[in-house]
Amino acid sequence: MNKKTGWTGITIGIVALGALLVLGACSKKEEAPASNSMAEQPAMSAPAATPIDPATVATINGTVKFDGPAPKASKIDMSQDPGCKGSNEAENVVVNGGDLANVFVYVKDGLGNRTFDVPKDPVVLEQQGCKYHPHVLGVMAGQTVQIKNSDPTTHNIHPTPQNNREWNESQPPSSPAIEKNFAREEIMLPVKCNQHPWMKMYINVVKTPFYAVTDKDGKYEIKGLPPGDYTIAFVQEKLGEQDQKVTVAAKDTKTVDQSFKPAAE
Amino acid sequence: MTALFSQPSPRGITLKAIRATYNRGHHRLAVVLACWTFLLIIAGALVTSNDAGLSVPDWPTSFGSWYKIPKLVGGVKFEHTHRMIAQGAGLLTVILAVWTWRVEKRRWLRVLAYAAVGTVIAQGILGGITVLFYLPPAVSSAHAALAQTFFCIAVAIALFTGKRWIEEQPRVEFDQRRPSLFTLTMLSIFVLYVQLVLGAMFRHHGLSWWPHVANAVVVSFVLAWTAVRALTVYSHIEAVRRPAIAMLSLVIAQLCLGFTAFLTRVAWGRNAVQPELPMVMATVAHVAVGALLLATAVILAIQVWRHVPVAFEERVPQAQGDASTA
Repeated sequence: MNKKTGWTGITIGIVALGALLVLGACSKKEEAPASNSMAEQPAMSAPAATPIDPATVATINGTVKFDGPAPKASKIDMSQDPGCKGSNEAENVVVNGGDLANVFVYVKDGLGNRTFDVPKDPVVLEQQGCKYHPHVLGVMAGQTVQIKNSDPTTHNIHPTPQNNREWNESQPPSSPAIEKNFAREEIMLPVKCNQHPWMKMYINVVKTPFYAVTDKDGKYEIKGLPPGDYTIAFVQEKLGEQDQKVTVAAKDTKTVDQSFKPAAE
Repeated sequence: MTALFSQPSPRGITLKAIRATYNRGHHRLAVVLACWTFLLIIAGALVTSNDAGLSVPDWPTSFGSWYKIPKLVGGVKFEHTHRMIAQGAGLLTVILAVWTWRVEKRRWLRVLAYAAVGTVIAQGILGGITVLFYLPPAVSSAHAALAQTFFCIAVAIALFTGKRWIEEQPRVEFDQRRPSLFTLTMLSIFVLYVQLVLGAMFRHHGLSWWPHVANAVVVSFVLAWTAVRALTVYSHIEAVRRPAIAMLSLVIAQLCLGFTAFLTRVAWGRNAVQPELPMVMATVAHVAVGALLLATAVILAIQVWRHVPVAFEERVPQAQGDASTA
């Protein structure tokens, strides 16, 4: 083999290797749309739900406070996309008169091996004004999340989970809703849009229906709990997690308040 | 113009004559490729600094199309522009390789041009893999490091095809010092490359900032040592003096930019809700000057290898000043 032929061979080899990798990558990409509207397979097949006597169920409610001066929300500059209308502010710590919004509250412990039916109705995540609505979302493992784009611009939805499958899909204006689910429990699973780097939200995937997100007044309510001893977790994206132990008797309504201190700089 | 290189080597072996011909068009294309690659590095840095790496979720197509230009808004503006400039770089590289194959008599330079094609293909594939696998730090860092490797190859080809390189009869002075200047230039390239990888790992969330900052001290020391040696001993050789001065100036500029990037990105911008203009400008300039610095170190090493070869015991020069290499 002469030297010129040798180098030609090497070049052809590199191009062929590149083509193989490209084809491999393409075939991987083609798999993605197939899973677009399909449920992600749960880690295990779910057993039948453990029955709860509706006559004995209890309620936990309360208010989450912010113990400190309310941080000033950063203004977001959306000028890089004319399709992003209106004004926008960061939602990482939202405080209204000392009440803390967007705290995910859930029963972290105490339900033992109980299982629960996954709701058939989807939870909706909307993109409007280049902002996610809601900013913090709770969903049961396996439940459908319906993602809508109401903006006149393209978004991409990109969850970056630790325990679930990562995906990244674009959604042009007026396109059908994207339906997804998450198979495994994961708290504060970040979701972002790479087209609009300020767009961030969190999905909380839990195995039980006993969760809530605090509203703008810091209030939450968890209904339908069987009597028992529980650990209630309060999770805020920047301020972290705080837990409280609580015991509820049959038909009890218990108020469990919580407060967060400002994060250390 | 033609230069003939046929010299007895210091060991007494007659070197094979290599006839190199200056081709203005070929050299200009090599210069255009080097400049285009620099532009591509800036475009790539803009993608990372604006957190736009996955704004086009597919590859090798963009939003399912091979040729349609999407609406260039938001992150797509950075990511798709980067892809288009990269396609241009690939095309220029292939044209340059074909032209080199047609006109270049130096076999090693033809090999370098083919290597450039291989590197640009590998770089494109790495860019695609990093998109398809959601920016794994190792792959994104390799993409960043290979970008600057390719830039150095393009700059080297531009240097080797230049009129001065081909027609100049190099003035050779054997280097008896230890470590030799050539060793220092190679050490400079090594520490710069390590710095490039550490910086890329930090930028792509694979490593903390402190290894990059700590290595900056090592880089500054090695580069200053190299430049000072070149300027104090060989400043009369223009081909050595110029890149040495450039390297020293760039390392000072790079330290200032690194400090600014640290302030805007790490110290002040830690909780920023979106990439802000000062942090984007500082980090992009830091990447761009880093690329220039690495390329300058490569040029210096090449010129030192040519003009100030290392003298070994069995290679003590009998008569300095007229030996040449190409």
